[in-house]
Amino acid sequence: MSSIGAQIRAHLPYQRRNAASFALLIFAMVLTLSAFAEVGLARDGYIPKGLFLYGGGLVVLAFGAYFVQAKFAPYADPLLLPLSVALNGIGLAMIYRLDLDTSEDHRVAAAAGKKLLKDAADAPGQLMWTFVGIGLFVTAIVIMRDTDKPDAPLSFTPKTAQRYTYLIGLGAIILLLLPIVPGIGAEINGARVWIALGPFSVQPGEFAKLLLVVFFAGYLVNKRQAMSLIGKKIGPFSLPRARDLGPILVIWFFCLGVLFMQKDLGTALLFFGLFVSMLYIATQRLSWVMIGMGLLAVGVFVATLLPFMGHVNQRIDIWQNPKPYFDGGCLLESGKVVPVNPDTDIFKKYKAKGSVSPGFSACAELGGEYSDSAQLMKGLFALGQGGVLGTGLGQGEPWRTPLSFSDFIFDSLGEELGLTGLMVLLLVYALIVQRGMKTAVAARDPFLKLFAGGVSFVLGLQVFVIVGGVTRLIPLTGLTTPFLSQGGSSLMANWILIAILVRMSHDARKPAPQAIQDEGMTQIVSTR
Amino acid sequence: MTPFTLTLIKLAFLAVLWLFVIAAVGVIRADLFGSKAAAKAASRAAQPPRPAKAAAKQSKAQRAPQRSGAQHGSPTKLVVVQGERAGTVIDLTGVPITIGRANDATLVVTDDYASSRHARLYAQDGQWIVEDLGSTNGTYLGRTKVSRPMPVPPGVPVRIGKTVIELRK
Repeated sequence: MSSIGAQIRAHLPYQRRNAASFALLIFAMVLTLSAFAEVGLARDGYIPKGLFLYGGGLVVLAFGAYFVQAKFAPYADPLLLPLSVALNGIGLAMIYRLDLDTSEDHRVAAAAGKKLLKDAADAPGQLMWTFVGIGLFVTAIVIMRDTDKPDAPLSFTPKTAQRYTYLIGLGAIILLLLPIVPGIGAEINGARVWIALGPFSVQPGEFAKLLLVVFFAGYLVNKRQAMSLIGKKIGPFSLPRARDLGPILVIWFFCLGVLFMQKDLGTALLFFGLFVSMLYIATQRLSWVMIGMGLLAVGVFVATLLPFMGHVNQRIDIWQNPKPYFDGGCLLESGKVVPVNPDTDIFKKYKAKGSVSPGFSACAELGGEYSDSAQLMKGLFALGQGGVLGTGLGQGEPWRTPLSFSDFIFDSLGEELGLTGLMVLLLVYALIVQRGMKTAVAARDPFLKLFAGGVSFVLGLQVFVIVGGVTRLIPLTGLTTPFLSQGGSSLMANWILIAILVRMSHDARKPAPQAIQDEGMTQIVSTR
Repeated sequence: MTPFTLTLIKLAFLAVLWLFVIAAVGVIRADLFGSKAAAKAASRAAQPPRPAKAAAKQSKAQRAPQRSGAQHGSPTKLVVVQGERAGTVIDLTGVPITIGRANDATLVVTDDYASSRHARLYAQDGQWIVEDLGSTNGTYLGRTKVSRPMPVPPGVPVRIGKTVIELRK
């Protein structure tokens, strides 16, 4: 692992790219501001007031973040910050745009004396969380010092985390368990992944993701030699000893168990992918990827057989054929799907009885599992409406999709920006992941290599799982779209992730210590 | 707003989106293949962060001729003319250059005949001096073995294992 890094470093001209970073950041600002302007011009015919509040707020935050990065991590990768700011800005513009439309619905509903929608696009909230997220980014950059000076007082570097590998693993489990604890856990939209902290609800899984990367990295860095070299060889596969694999399997099994209980399949898939990819990065054995895929197949198969895992079956069934589930469908034991949408008689019967959710009650009578594919299908309609060039920001009707501001924000953007715009978003994610992997390759320390590789992979996988889900490439599982989706936990966790990558890229790219010229002998200052 | 204007605005925004990505890729490209700005930045970065103590010791009088010497007539590049890294050019900035198989050498040579810290080139009074760092197979300046620090005139080959380097103006 180190030889490639050393070779790349030998060829790499160490340089500060702050000017490039600054120029791209200005570009990202232009992008955000013009998104706001387009929303206003297309919707109302004038530049919206929100441009000054939201656009201005983001400009101030981003430049603050830039100056801190330029001062404390001058050799940092020039792309990470501007790309993240661009995504955050586009997400904010989309949420602002959805908020404009849905808040009107709210007013109408309130005037008619109806109940308000509980979940709605909330642009001021998102701006506040952006503020908190970038605040955490800045704090993390300032607190995390250079890895070369670990003994400075109050220094916390990404490397420090290596000392607390097992504690951090424990922390990840506790974070994942919190939502099931009665009293602080909260179930929102069918998944019990939230904890209520006063007026806020936090998704601890987003933070557990980062802690788990640290745990895997810290553990594998010590055991990777043993895992890749010692062990039985069966055909093309080499299996490591149980004692090397044990702890990691225990943690992994525990996480997945917890997540299945919470019905949070997206995060389960994310952690599983993380686990496999980090084993692969650490041992460089392709057999791990094969074993991982095999385990995944077995896991999904077992889940479809277990009676309390009905929702797994259903997700797969909806993925294959979403139509019967539109606005409500009922999966019977026999595998048949009975529609229970508002047009059916059984739905009307329960509606007449005054049932809170008639479809659900109707399905209970039929003895099946209720589900609704309206989100997925409406999202697909939105994408179809968008086509290649999109309707243009402010000119589509993306609010028709439920959760159009969080899980389905990618479909909302697809409707208004079209395939052309979505490709840009995917490219931006790809570039962030590429910069992260580049940081991992250039990093000097094996722990930091695994850490950087893990966090960038997990970001990429998260985008794949949610974008694949909402475009019906894979079964839909709820995850946030990094930086775009509305939600505080996701923004905070992802900004911390970027801060860690920025710090590590600064450490990897800064020039090696120079020998002092005046002394008679060349003095070699080791960096390892 | 006429539909035509709205379409123009829509297309303009998509164009801005794509330009952003292209600009970002351009930055990576400059990182990989180098650009004028990047090269300048690199040479700036290569200047040693002069330690305060060392700078204080070195009087201005001592430094002045070294600077002027570096500007007139002294070599500006180190070129690898033979060996695996043939074609590599290193700009001479006044920073000592170490050559060897070690990863932290300025010029890393992958050569079984070279030692990990083989030789060092440094500037003194406007001249570049080669010094052998106790290598196993020795360093040769032209055809003489370098047993003590020797000045390297431009164009004279310095042999380290299978690698031959030259200083050029």
